Amino acid sequence: MERIPILRMGRFLLVTIQVDMHDQLALTLQDDLTQRIVADRARGVLMDISSLDVVDSFIGRMISNIAAMSRVLDAQTVVVGMQPAVAITLVELGLDLAGVRTALNVERGMALLQQSEA
Amino acid sequence: MATDAQRVERSDELALRSGEDVVRLRQAVRERAVAVGLSLVDQTKIVTAASEIGRNTVQYGGGGIARIAIVANGTRRGLRLEFSDHGPGIADIAQALQDGFTTGGGLGLGLSGAKRLCDEFHIESEVGKGTRVSLVRWKPY
Amino acid sequence: MNTATAALAETLRKHESEILADWLKEQAAVPSRRNAVHEAETRTLSRDFLNAVQEAINGGAADDIRGAAWSRARDLLSELSASRAVHGQSPSETAMFVFSLKQPLFTWLRRDLEADKLAEALWAATLVIDRLGLFTTEAFQKSREDVIQRQQRELLELSTPVVELWDGILALPLIGTLDSGRTQVVMESLLEKIVQSGSTIAIIDITGVPTVDTLVAQHLMKTVAAARLMGADCIISGIRPQIAQTIVHLGVDLSAVTTKASLADAFMLALRRLGSRIEAAPARV
Repeated sequence: MERIPILRMGRFLLVTIQVDMHDQLALTLQDDLTQRIVADRARGVLMDISSLDVVDSFIGRMISNIAAMSRVLDAQTVVVGMQPAVAITLVELGLDLAGVRTALNVERGMALLQQSEA
Repeated sequence: MATDAQRVERSDELALRSGEDVVRLRQAVRERAVAVGLSLVDQTKIVTAASEIGRNTVQYGGGGIARIAIVANGTRRGLRLEFSDHGPGIADIAQALQDGFTTGGGLGLGLSGAKRLCDEFHIESEVGKGTRVSLVRWKPY
Repeated sequence: MNTATAALAETLRKHESEILADWLKEQAAVPSRRNAVHEAETRTLSRDFLNAVQEAINGGAADDIRGAAWSRARDLLSELSASRAVHGQSPSETAMFVFSLKQPLFTWLRRDLEADKLAEALWAATLVIDRLGLFTTEAFQKSREDVIQRQQRELLELSTPVVELWDGILALPLIGTLDSGRTQVVMESLLEKIVQSGSTIAIIDITGVPTVDTLVAQHLMKTVAAARLMGADCIISGIRPQIAQTIVHLGVDLSAVTTKASLADAFMLALRRLGSRIEAAPARV
């Protein structure tokens, strides 16, 4: 079955979403991430969505869920690279992804994660 | 459903039965939106709206079809999407449209959000018969 | 279809090529800016239009030019008006495309019909052509408006530049009255600039904005929210007392947004956030 790869970078996990996900794939990602956070004792998750040109309410909720679940597991989530058109649309949709930290790109996202570690 | 007089330039139909169909729908809508000449933000808005309604059609409507049409109204061109299913229908449309986003999910999520993203939005539904939704996004000039 | 329109349809069918030829001559007689390219286009357009008119009349809806039967004819006229508007022709010149069809049509109707049938047929023809002529003028107006709107938008994009104040700090000084359309354009370009420059702080300065209404306030809030989703923060500066009152009255919630009285203050804050500051260096004499 098709899965989104999760990479480990030190104490953090990196997920780069580059495909247009169908709902099942998104749910699988949620599960996989939760398991990996525990298995790898990760302190943070970096989600790179710079390739996504659409984020609808389902994916938006997936992102919120991942952030919430990580927090419960004592890990931080940072979402990076949201495209302007996507950001404008999400705001119009009424999704504010409260509780999800964001950064412009992977580099800054990592810096954020490392800062909160210290 | 009556709207401003529109001439249809091109129309395509897509079956919506699964999550993968919704992905295909997003790609098809994006292609047509580019063809009509919508700005990047407007493209994203209608593709997102299509994703919301398309998902509703699959999950709550028991599957259905989407029709994508490039339309013209005088000198304006636009993209019109029509979704129809023969599912259980929506008992209280007004209520469904009012529901903001709830954490539990539900129809209200897709409908009110999609409506905000479009220039025109019409919905008809009858319990036990099915639902039809049509959305239009016009190119401003 | 009544007898008058039937007669009209019949004449159009029997003498199509002659009517077309006479009509082209009439059009050429109208003084206007033309050149060879236009001649060929005009011939094709006229022939297509005559076909569309025949289709519509044969479709049985001679008097309702807003109906489905006339849609092809309307589209041709809309295209014509749009292109003439862009080329700077006047509405009258454009409408003459339609009105100049009257003479040739009447001539051939007179040849075909007896006096008793002729009056009715002429009247039917007049009605159709007048309505089509008016439609052309409306379409022309609409095209001109569209052109003006597009030019306005382009002007807007040029006149509200986003400035890179410092490494990682953008400033957007807004000047004049903001309307919903303008605010949207400006905000989109700010977000684009955030990505392009990799800036994490954007200062939106509204010192030069006399009033703010609900829609504009909402757009500002949406922009701040969108920037945050992208990983950048906004500071709004230059809020005048009147605007502060309006915002409170409108019930807009600014608690989540940092505001500063002046652009300078906002800049200092931005620098602090990025871990820099400006110090006075010993003056060189």
